[in-house]
Amino acid sequence: MTAGSQVWARAQLALELFALDPARLRGVTVKARAGPVRDVFLEAVAGLPGPVRKVHSGMGFDALLGGLDLSQTLASGQVRLRAGLLDQPGTVVLAMAERCPPDIAAILAAKLDTNPDLSLIMLDEGADPDEQAPQTLRDRLAFHVELDGIGRLEAKPFRLAAHPVPRHGSRSAKDVAHAIRDLTILAQRLGIDTLRAPTFAVETAKALAHMDRRTVPNDADIQSAAELVLAPRATRLPEPEPAEEEQPEAPAPQQTQAQDDRLPDDMLIDAVRAVLPLDLLDTLATGGTPQAKGSGAGQKKRSNRRGRPIPSQPGRLDGQSRLDLIATLRAAAPWQKLRGRTGARLCVYPSDIRLKRFEEKSDRILVFAVDASGSAALARLGEAKGAVELLLARAYAARDHVALIAFRGDKADVLLPPTRSLVQTKRRLASLPGGGGTPLAHGLKTAAELALHSQSQGMSPTLAILTDGRANIALDGSRNRAKAGEDASQMARWIRARGLPAIVLDLGTRPQPALAGLARDMAGTYLPLPRADAHRLSDALEQALDHGLGA
Amino acid sequence: MTQAFPFSAIVGQDDMKRAMILTAIDPKLGGVLVFGDRGTGKSTAVRALAALLPEISAIKGCPINSETAKEVPDWAELKTRTPVTRPTPVVDLPLGVTEDRVTGALDIERALTRGEKAFQSGLLAQANRGYLYIDEVNLLEDHIVDLLLDVAQSGENVVEREGLSIRHPARFVLVGSGNPEEGELRPQLLDRFGLSVEVRSPTDIDERIEVIKRRDAFESNPKNFLRRFRPKDAEIRDRILTAREKLPGIETKRPVLKDCAQLCVTLGADGLRGELTLLRAGRALAAFEGDDALHRDHLRTVAPLALSHRLRRDPLDEAGSAARVARTVKDVLG
Repeated sequence: MTAGSQVWARAQLALELFALDPARLRGVTVKARAGPVRDVFLEAVAGLPGPVRKVHSGMGFDALLGGLDLSQTLASGQVRLRAGLLDQPGTVVLAMAERCPPDIAAILAAKLDTNPDLSLIMLDEGADPDEQAPQTLRDRLAFHVELDGIGRLEAKPFRLAAHPVPRHGSRSAKDVAHAIRDLTILAQRLGIDTLRAPTFAVETAKALAHMDRRTVPNDADIQSAAELVLAPRATRLPEPEPAEEEQPEAPAPQQTQAQDDRLPDDMLIDAVRAVLPLDLLDTLATGGTPQAKGSGAGQKKRSNRRGRPIPSQPGRLDGQSRLDLIATLRAAAPWQKLRGRTGARLCVYPSDIRLKRFEEKSDRILVFAVDASGSAALARLGEAKGAVELLLARAYAARDHVALIAFRGDKADVLLPPTRSLVQTKRRLASLPGGGGTPLAHGLKTAAELALHSQSQGMSPTLAILTDGRANIALDGSRNRAKAGEDASQMARWIRARGLPAIVLDLGTRPQPALAGLARDMAGTYLPLPRADAHRLSDALEQALDHGLGA
Repeated sequence: MTQAFPFSAIVGQDDMKRAMILTAIDPKLGGVLVFGDRGTGKSTAVRALAALLPEISAIKGCPINSETAKEVPDWAELKTRTPVTRPTPVVDLPLGVTEDRVTGALDIERALTRGEKAFQSGLLAQANRGYLYIDEVNLLEDHIVDLLLDVAQSGENVVEREGLSIRHPARFVLVGSGNPEEGELRPQLLDRFGLSVEVRSPTDIDERIEVIKRRDAFESNPKNFLRRFRPKDAEIRDRILTAREKLPGIETKRPVLKDCAQLCVTLGADGLRGELTLLRAGRALAAFEGDDALHRDHLRTVAPLALSHRLRRDPLDEAGSAARVARTVKDVLG
């Protein structure tokens, strides 16, 4: 059997198990690019018992959750409501799941939690590691299959066999006790935090046993369940013998019992290891990254003029916002009889007016944190000022905002709050004083706070730190080089945790390894620019921004 | 899953369970925010709480669950006003809900068919005297959040739309849950929650196994499982009821008040809401534990719940605000 056909066989098994017990196993995440192999798989999906409906994340809330059925209401003159797609029983296929915004994902997740008749097949076409289906949903589905890398001929078409629906409750708790223990311990050792994973694994083992017309899952079932459910969720490879230290602490009787009826751990782990993707470590790094920022904090910008359309809202026509004609008609439709409509004239009242809303990619803001300490020679400071001015001039064309923070002595000052004004900037820059220590941590803190603030106002911030040297003033104002460096790198890690993109420009005459480390801590770009003039500086910065930072 | 998982069967997560019990004892505490990892039983706990809560007496059919016949609003158009006992309302506020649905709006059906102007109450009315649960509260749309803030503050829902002018009481305990990785909460909304809890997946292997075991037992045979845990649930319910009666009589001595203030000052919590909540939560805990007066021990237990979400963010502290509160409690209270 080739590697590809083994993967295919596992995918087939996953789908069969899901078809057997959709209420418990909830669904399958299918990671694959559109192509013939996925088509073969989807043909089998179409054969699932019960209705299979397709949804995509661009669908409005009313289609998913139900709402007024406009055409029916108009025709009958009575309110006709339409049931939402998610309220009906059956399997929902979510296409392009990697594009699913968090609010739609949350709705799907809530419906999966409360409606046991609903199950989900999620098609994840994400190509980049940071482009993936929402974690909230992946966590709620038992299986995760990857079809990329399977050859067309290896993907043999299959049909789902009809199995009798499993009867729950006929087993005693004892029958699954060791499946529960083995799978929970294994999940822990594979670094899987969520408790849904071992729950799904246990259900899978039970379903596998049921397929074989047994009531008690055996070792082979447990092993397959681990391969199918736990392996794709693993976040670390277990060390060869990690249980050694823990076991002596456990009470003695339990320990002997554990050894009696437990599968050899290594066997399970080897089984999982065999099916782990080779690039596990690469995907691990991105697995936990938030896919998108929530809108509850107002980070995403709502706009009434451009961007991706989102559900419209009642409002007043104020000459700036745009009318959502269809939604307005929809709001007015039920009232026509009541308002005494005669002839072809529609009665639309101001309260019917619905305004279009769009979600817009927000404006960029560049937050400069400039080192104005004594060590940054005055000439360097001049160049930094020049670069900021040049960038600002370009930013004006590109609709970017700029903010400027200078750190010197024992504090950092916001010299220029976020602005697009050229004149104001020039004046503030000219008055930028120099001299004193290098409170790098202070500068980073002030810059990050400003960036977060502007983020909450709907802008996409980028930090640019211009410095030439080592931090020598700690956050508490003390002149302690070691502590200052520590504070700075801690701040840098905090910036990374907030997901703020950053770039460190080393203005020193010789590149400083400490600054490269700082950039690493921030997960930012490090750019040594010895003897750069203002033009080269701003060019370099612009390039760095366009390549992956600012987008 | 029509049957809720029993509250007493939830393994571990003591802080979360304690916070929920405290709000049940003193609804004026102002709700609970549960933030944490996926799959830690946040939603399970809220649904379990609903089943656990004692019943309330209300007028039959009243849209705002009025306690006495006098309080039934005119717009409810109730013909008979008979008091009945009913479960404490626990209302779900789904994401993507429309404003009409939350505040209530003109009853379209009646307007159409009979040409009458009538008010159809919304979720806020339903949640009066009960709980309003918002899952993924950090993803809620801004305009709904604003609306909730206002109502949660004033305890009154004001509807001025479509020619209607209606106000009705909407006093509810706000319970929110969410995963901080998906978005942060506005400080204004954070502040409205009396207590906050951070939940983590248990790391102890035996605890994890017990969780899965109980889940499995519940799903394979809910009846047996409920029978096993019903007495424990009833016990908690009785303790809540006893505590409610005891609550007004809890003594608060001056030194304890001073401790409260000292804690909040040292932590640098904004505003006075921190002290007030700390005091209330402490008294509710004292009542729950059957004590006659508020002691330092009670403050020690509730301080992380009442204060950890009221701190200014300290970027240099990676341990999180709960740990900071715990440290300060140790410093101040010894």
